[in-house]
Amino acid sequence: MADNKTIKITYREALKQAIREALLGDERVFLMGEDVGRYGGAFAVSKGLLQEFGPDRIMDVPLSESGFTGAGIGAALAGMRPIVEVMTVNFSLLAMDQIVNNAATLLHMSGGQLNVPVVIRMGCGIGRQLAAQHSHSWEPLYAHIPGLIVLSVGTHEDARGMLLSALKSPDPVVIFEYTYMLNMEAEIPAGAGAVDISKAKVRREGKDISIITYGAGVYKSLEAATELAASGIEAEVVDLRVLRPLDETTFLASVGKTHRALVVEEAWRSVGLAAEVSARITEKAFYELDAPVQRLCGVEVPIPYPKHLEDASVPQRGDIVRAVKKMIKP
Amino acid sequence: MGNSEKNTDRGKALELLYQMLLIRRFEEKSAEMYTKTNIRGFLHLYIGEEAVAVGVMQALTDDDYVLATYREHGHALARGMDPGAIMAEMYGKQEGCSRGRGGSMHLFEGKKLYGGNAIVAGHLSMAVGMALASKKQKKNNLACCFFGEGAAAEGEFHEAMNLAALWQAPVLFVCENNFYAMGTALQYTHSETHLEKKGAAYGIETMAVDGMDVLAVGQAAKEAVEKIRTTGKPFFLVCNTYRFRAHSMFDAELYRDKSEVEEWKKRDPIPRLRDFLMEKKLITEQDVQELEKKVEAEVQKAVDFAEAGTWEPIEELTKFVYSE
Ligand SMILES: Cc1ncc(C[n+]2csc(CCOP(=O)(O)OP(=O)(O)O)c2C)c(N)n1
Repeated sequence: MADNKTIKITYREALKQAIREALLGDERVFLMGEDVGRYGGAFAVSKGLLQEFGPDRIMDVPLSESGFTGAGIGAALAGMRPIVEVMTVNFSLLAMDQIVNNAATLLHMSGGQLNVPVVIRMGCGIGRQLAAQHSHSWEPLYAHIPGLIVLSVGTHEDARGMLLSALKSPDPVVIFEYTYMLNMEAEIPAGAGAVDISKAKVRREGKDISIITYGAGVYKSLEAATELAASGIEAEVVDLRVLRPLDETTFLASVGKTHRALVVEEAWRSVGLAAEVSARITEKAFYELDAPVQRLCGVEVPIPYPKHLEDASVPQRGDIVRAVKKMIKP
Repeated sequence: MGNSEKNTDRGKALELLYQMLLIRRFEEKSAEMYTKTNIRGFLHLYIGEEAVAVGVMQALTDDDYVLATYREHGHALARGMDPGAIMAEMYGKQEGCSRGRGGSMHLFEGKKLYGGNAIVAGHLSMAVGMALASKKQKKNNLACCFFGEGAAAEGEFHEAMNLAALWQAPVLFVCENNFYAMGTALQYTHSETHLEKKGAAYGIETMAVDGMDVLAVGQAAKEAVEKIRTTGKPFFLVCNTYRFRAHSMFDAELYRDKSEVEEWKKRDPIPRLRDFLMEKKLITEQDVQELEKKVEAEVQKAVDFAEAGTWEPIEELTKFVYSE
């Protein structure tokens, strides 16, 4: 039997240990991003790494998202394994041309000759009252792009492991990290490390309904499932994890078991991942359904600053509970 | 101090001191209210840099367009916006200048201030467009945009400079060089640290000025604005200044020595102007005390206004997405 000792760790520390392990394990790896060094990381994820690894491997870069992301792509083309940190997804639009038109296309345009093994990490999420320009959920924008692998770090286990697996990928990987979870603590296996990055994962088993979600929705849905269990409803929680290419096998199997699906995401409702998941269920598991697929998504408004309006803009645990109850007892 | 102070009269002197004091005390109060969690999200203080906004605004008219960053409380106040509406905005109340929707980083008011823009350098090309519109409409106003030296590393800065010069659009680019972009110092973000030299590449006239000296800034801005109004061409003004406080309320300031901050505090623009004016016998100790009192009352009034403000009902969440 494997050793099942666990350790308590914050999401931030899990991310940091992954970066550290990557730097120690492969000398081609380096971290580049705004304020990753002397400032200690905008969210203190890379705090102390400059002192440990020096400025060649922990590179502070100027405000120039397009420039340094392009440079990261270039370095990856030429044999390095850069980890590009775009401080938050909000600023990633300035880098998006590089990501979409270069990183995601070079393999194809070169007829398979060029690989772009770059890893691009970005903070994201809603819930810190940062207002419209700093509260974006753009996972769906990136999940739209063929050529990219898009990961969403919804748990501590994935915070500890996803980066390491991403660095083994020959293709560009975009990783979304949820900044409001940074201080959250959780137990992970003491020997936690690289994780599978091809499959979704059932985080809680249940027989009555599948709650399919990712990112910030994972813990919220798990809490909702606990609350629902008290009223006798056994919800299964599926964490998509890999937003592109989407692992439909896992969520279709779940729906085949529960016959009901609620898709939860913080991103805006129209043209989002929930729409995609819902469409695939309708296409491939329609006759399994006992009720129409439902979506619980972000309200379609730029995120407002005041707390009560911000909270009302994205699904909360209580909203998930209510939505499930409505679907089960109409 | 520059040559300008010779012409400084008492009324103007008191006004400059008053504006800088108002910004300083208003922001000290904001920091206090942040600690009390009445203000949330990001709060970027301008403390130490007041001379820049106050000096530059002297040279502008009400018709000029002003665009600032997320560090814009000072600009809003110097532009004559109501302190109560600003404080209420930072509380998130619907009586705020942006109805509470924007918070500290997104102060807006009609024609006085076009934000409060929190994507670094994102507003520079908007300023160019506004100036272009003025030109097309044969108006005589200009667009003035404030930004940090960090922003001057963005492609958007270079694109905006090029467009403004190419189109001969009346833009006053004001770089508030406080030597740090968050925690990354100027020498780690710019290959050419004399930022004013960047203008030459675009054929844009430039000037660098001591941004801790409100009279010098005022004089430089006046000259720059006169040039823009007569030639119709853009101008790049670099104000060298310093932020005394952290980048935002989340910053542990690991990247700079306390001694460096203390050294810069000796050049604090407020005592500097006050002492100079007292030395010149333009103002008295009593004037200063009265100003302090007036400012204190105004800041308190702003807080009271914000406290008394109301929350927008949740039913209105989806308002202002499209025009009604
Ligand atoms: C495009 C973009 N990238 C990154 C950020 C995060 N950020 C906010 S302020 C800032 C530093 C900006 O420095 P500077 O332009 O010098 O202005 P200062 O804050 O010093 O006034 C950074 C990196 C952002 N808001 N926008």
